[in-house]
Amino acid sequence: MNANPISRRAFMGGALAVGVVSQAHAQGFAGLGETADGFAPVTPGKRFVFPLDHGPHPEFRIEWWYVTANLVDPAGTAHGVQWTLFRQAMRAGAQLEGWANQQIWMGHAAVTRADIHRYAETFARGGVGQAGVETSPFVGWIDAWEMRGLDGFNADKVAPLKLSATGADFSYELRLDAERALVLQGDRGYSMKSDRGQASYYYSQPFFKAAGRIVIDGKPVNVTGQAWMDREWSSQPLASDQTGWDWFSLHLPNDEKLMLYRLRQKDGKSNLFGNWIEPDGRSSEIAASDNSIRPTAFTEIGDRKVPTAWRVEIPARGVKIETRPLNARSWMGTGFSYWEGPISFAGSHAGVGYLELTGY
Amino acid sequence: MLEVTGLRKSYRSAGEDIAVLRGVNLAVAAGESVALTGESGSGKSTLLHLIAGLDAADGGEIVLDGVSLSNLGEAGRAALRRDRLGLVFQQFNLIPSLMVSDNLTFQSRIAGRHDPKWHDELVQRLGLAQLLKRYPEQLSGGQQQRVAIGRALAPKPLLLLADEPTGNLDEETADEVLALARDLVARTGCGFLMVTHSARLAALLDRQVNLHAGVIA
Amino acid sequence: MSRALWTLAVLLSHWRRHPMQLATLLIGLISATALWSGVQALNQQARNAYDRAAATFGGTRTAMLVSRDSTSFPQHLFVDLRRAGWPVSPVVEGRLQIGGRPFRLLGIEPVTLPGEVSTAPVIGRTDLQSFVTPPGEMLVAPETLADLGLKEGERPSSNGGVLLPPLRVQAQLVPGVLVVDIGMAQQILKMPDQISRVLIGKSSARRAPLESIAGDRLRLVEPNAETDLERLTDSFHLNLTAFGLLSFFVGLFIVNSAIGLAFEQRLPMLRTLRACGVSARMLNSVLVAELVSLALVAGLVGLMCGYVIAAALLPDVAASLRGLYGAQIPGQLTLKGEWWLAGIAISILGALAAAAASLAKAIRMPVLSSAQPQAWQQAQRRWLVFQSAAALAAFAVAGGFLWFGDSLLSGFAVLAALMLGAALILPMILEIALALGQRNAGRPVSIWFWADSRQQLPGLSLALMALLLALAVNVGVGTMVESFSRTFLVWLDGRLAADVYVNAASDAQASGIKTWLRGRSEVQAILPGGRADAQLAGMPIEVLGLPDQATFRDNWPLLESRSDGWDRLRAGDTCFASEQLSRRLKLAIGDRIEVPAPGGNWPLEIVGIYADYGNPKGQVAVNFAALTRHFPEVPQTRFGLRVPPPAVPALIAELQQKFGLDDRSVADQTTVKAESKRIFNRTFSVTSALNTFTLGVAGVALLTSLLTLANSRLPQLAPLWAIGLTRQRLARIELLKTMAVALITSLFALPLGLLVAWCLLAVVNVKAFGWRLPFQVFPLQLVELLGVALAAALLAALLPVIRLARMQPASLIRIFVNER
Repeated sequence: MNANPISRRAFMGGALAVGVVSQAHAQGFAGLGETADGFAPVTPGKRFVFPLDHGPHPEFRIEWWYVTANLVDPAGTAHGVQWTLFRQAMRAGAQLEGWANQQIWMGHAAVTRADIHRYAETFARGGVGQAGVETSPFVGWIDAWEMRGLDGFNADKVAPLKLSATGADFSYELRLDAERALVLQGDRGYSMKSDRGQASYYYSQPFFKAAGRIVIDGKPVNVTGQAWMDREWSSQPLASDQTGWDWFSLHLPNDEKLMLYRLRQKDGKSNLFGNWIEPDGRSSEIAASDNSIRPTAFTEIGDRKVPTAWRVEIPARGVKIETRPLNARSWMGTGFSYWEGPISFAGSHAGVGYLELTGY
Repeated sequence: MLEVTGLRKSYRSAGEDIAVLRGVNLAVAAGESVALTGESGSGKSTLLHLIAGLDAADGGEIVLDGVSLSNLGEAGRAALRRDRLGLVFQQFNLIPSLMVSDNLTFQSRIAGRHDPKWHDELVQRLGLAQLLKRYPEQLSGGQQQRVAIGRALAPKPLLLLADEPTGNLDEETADEVLALARDLVARTGCGFLMVTHSARLAALLDRQVNLHAGVIA
Repeated sequence: MSRALWTLAVLLSHWRRHPMQLATLLIGLISATALWSGVQALNQQARNAYDRAAATFGGTRTAMLVSRDSTSFPQHLFVDLRRAGWPVSPVVEGRLQIGGRPFRLLGIEPVTLPGEVSTAPVIGRTDLQSFVTPPGEMLVAPETLADLGLKEGERPSSNGGVLLPPLRVQAQLVPGVLVVDIGMAQQILKMPDQISRVLIGKSSARRAPLESIAGDRLRLVEPNAETDLERLTDSFHLNLTAFGLLSFFVGLFIVNSAIGLAFEQRLPMLRTLRACGVSARMLNSVLVAELVSLALVAGLVGLMCGYVIAAALLPDVAASLRGLYGAQIPGQLTLKGEWWLAGIAISILGALAAAAASLAKAIRMPVLSSAQPQAWQQAQRRWLVFQSAAALAAFAVAGGFLWFGDSLLSGFAVLAALMLGAALILPMILEIALALGQRNAGRPVSIWFWADSRQQLPGLSLALMALLLALAVNVGVGTMVESFSRTFLVWLDGRLAADVYVNAASDAQASGIKTWLRGRSEVQAILPGGRADAQLAGMPIEVLGLPDQATFRDNWPLLESRSDGWDRLRAGDTCFASEQLSRRLKLAIGDRIEVPAPGGNWPLEIVGIYADYGNPKGQVAVNFAALTRHFPEVPQTRFGLRVPPPAVPALIAELQQKFGLDDRSVADQTTVKAESKRIFNRTFSVTSALNTFTLGVAGVALLTSLLTLANSRLPQLAPLWAIGLTRQRLARIELLKTMAVALITSLFALPLGLLVAWCLLAVVNVKAFGWRLPFQVFPLQLVELLGVALAAALLAALLPVIRLARMQPASLIRIFVNER
């Protein structure tokens, strides 16, 4: 498992076909990087249509619905919540009925406090109803976990939503509201992952206001805060020499948002991508040059050394911030393990966000 | 070297205590040979067994080479027998499943005092060279008793104790065996205490003591 | 250390001079260890197989949900459960034939399969994509692959003509099971959107109440550490274990007598060693060390022999377990390390137990005083009385278990107490018999004959007890097997009443064959047959359809029934119940049951009980037409024909040619019967083999006892020789004496054996298999066994007697002199 550079989002799907639990091999993930054999390609200039694009795109190999939330309880204690639904196709081709269906679904859920990090995962085959996403009415589910459109659901805002998940020792239920439309990432939703053509379709809803309840060890607390949804799908999202990534979603003051990620390569080089989102939802890509992210502190988790504190510099936007994890041990020890947890930052800007670190 | 003082021992038989030894005093010096005589049932063998530590006295003291037997436990008395005493019985008491050579050496080996040169000398002096590969049942009584004497003297004991060693032998053989024993005792310089009811044989030793009515006269 | 080694060397020298004694001791230990560990190896092998079976997705190690009243339920319930938070995984199970062989087909869902469900968690998960993606994979045990005669990657076809997924070997699987993805299993078994059960993972997340999801349709089956197979086969293994234990104890008898003699002979040596300065503690430690080393050596050899025995018996054990319980045991013996350790341990413990008395004697031994035989004999007499009292107590215990007990274990307890009591009372019986003989004897030599026999008893009694037990068990098991055999053959005649049996590949082919047969004049009747699976009181049962035909009326093995039973069966609201079912559920004639059927529950009144030997499942027999009304899906591919015997071969040949049927699909009565008998015979071959082993060990025990006794008895014979009895005459008398006690023992063993047989038939079998067999006595068999026993005794007595007859007068003289 530790030799496994599998990560969130794109990576996750690639390994699913190889084996559901702990059997994943780097070759499987590398295989994903080679060809898109039979799957639909990701090309620039796609027109997004909602609610249709909130639903699954089985002609693409992988896809996810990903929500992270930075929350506080009445006493001011910070909490983080993660809800993720992954889909991956084992084979291309027309969708088959019943157990013959090619889709495998995986759910990850977590709650994080400064002193606690709890997570759960679950798996399902497509075709029988154990997991899936439907657009009208909008609902994504796996087992008892749900992301469900509520009355007055607006497809352009993907809101309001009810989000729920239950693990062995935690559960949560959140209501997500948004006043603004979702935001296309990358170049109008076309998100390049390497200069060799790897790319994905990618949009977000970074403006969610969240309210609800978290139960840890049977003790419920009410929480409020902000949440961020990522939607992404692709057939070939990574180049074969890319080993992992460091991903930030930051809620800046004045309702500005920043999405930033660095893809690391085997040779030690890395590429930085990102979008700056204005309060009105206008999104512009951040140039790869001039900007930098650098780890400033590491946390040892098992035999891994994970960079959990960072310095982020974007001179053109006047950004120079230091990020700190709410809980440096926010390790997702799931079948494919990675670090994912709430962070706070200070410096030129102050606020909260989420950090994901894969391939460590 | 051996000093017995005030030794008492009684046995229980048919509901009453019979005092066999009633305060025996006896001393044997190094290099001295002593014959212990007395009529049947006088307690000669009992005294010998007590000295050998095969049985425990009711009172009195046995001091061998400065060590008091009453201060020793079973293991201590066994060690004393093993290292300091040689025992010869009327019934020879050889180990039937061991050949003569092994019967000769096993006590000295168990005692950790095996001396090959002394062993060879014993074999020569006892005239056992031709019999080493035989088993006890293939030997005559005199031959068996010569092996028993050899076994007892192999660890070079301080004191050789013999209980009617010639009781099972004819007169001629008995004389021959006793002569050998005396010869070897003289050679090693150890003490020799022999129980016998034969006045003729007793007379061959340095000193004679008679046990009568539980005391040494 | 060297002191201990020298002492050990002196002790060991005894064996060099008495190799026969050493051999006896080792033979006793080896045979005890060998039979015990051989039986353990068989049991372990079977248990491993059950574990593998249990590990096969939804054995009873996992909690699961099953349909309350059917063998399957709709798949959407699985999804509903998952969406309500239940960590469940679906399983489809069914039977499938490949090349005429039956297999259990399991459809699993690897993505949700809880990791803890299987002791082999990698099954089905190593390569998810190739497992679930057409053509998929069919996982089989290596043994199954060999059975099928196919290679990995090949695709067999089922008897229904379905092309199955490519084979792949999974070593953890149990033989006879095919594992495929659930979707493929549903297709192969024609169970679309149906599942047999869901397994419940251990996740403790909150879940909705079962009733709110599935109403009352599903039933929770709690996990059970003991598997179904373990429960079913308990009796069989108990049986094996009982034999293993018996042999073990008989072996220990040998060890005991050999060690006893050796210690007795070595007492002077031990005294000399003590006199020469070996402390008591050292001597005792070395004695124990000597014994342990001997046990270690014997244990190792015994284990090897045990392995050979187990390997030799395994095919029969496997056949028995398959025939009786449908349990699949691999034919290759694999043993865990614990087995070796346990075998060595049992050998050492057995040796120490057998030597306990002798060791205690040596430890308490004073250096000076000598043994007093007279006091010892008095102790022996007290012991005899004490033993007899213990025997009576054991008989009382046996009676108590018989009266109050209601389980298989109590059945075996009856047997054990009975045999223990008989063994304990044997010396007293012999004593009384010999005393009677002595009282009636007139001439001095014959008085001496009886008196000396009595004196010999204590030394022989252990060996005679061994002989008694071995004989009694032989009589008991022999009578049981013979009773079963007779009953079984009569029963087989009743069950296999048709002359020809046909098993068509499909309903369509079946109706084609029937149409063709109707045009044949030699076919007197076509007897349709059919069988449906159902559940009763939570247990799987079979519902058998009987056509309303004279053939069945005349032959069906009814044990009891209403006089109008067959007539009432026709109406379709009555049934016959199998003996097993009626015993298990305590059903009697006149009771009513409800059998779940696709169209709703089917109420049936029981109007008869019939024998259904060898069927692990309960069964009810109903009218065939009624069966097809209530179970429309029942395949009608099997049927029997009434044909005059001379016309059978020609008809079968024509059927085979015309419809392409193979030997498995069409067979005449003789063939089917022969096959059944073959399976039956194998079932008891293990019992018989162990039986023979036990008798053999008892013979060795007798031989060794006599050998050791012969040596110690020479002093008693020497004076007789001295006063003028010839050696030959002495030898003859010795032989006669041995044969006399052996005969008395054997005569006592016969009624005991019959009692054992009765226990086996009326108590153990009923509990173990669910049927009771009529108790029959087979006098010829008894005479035969008596002969064997006496022959064994003769053989055992001959060697020492010959030695006596040939003994040099000089030896006798020496003994006479030495023992003075």
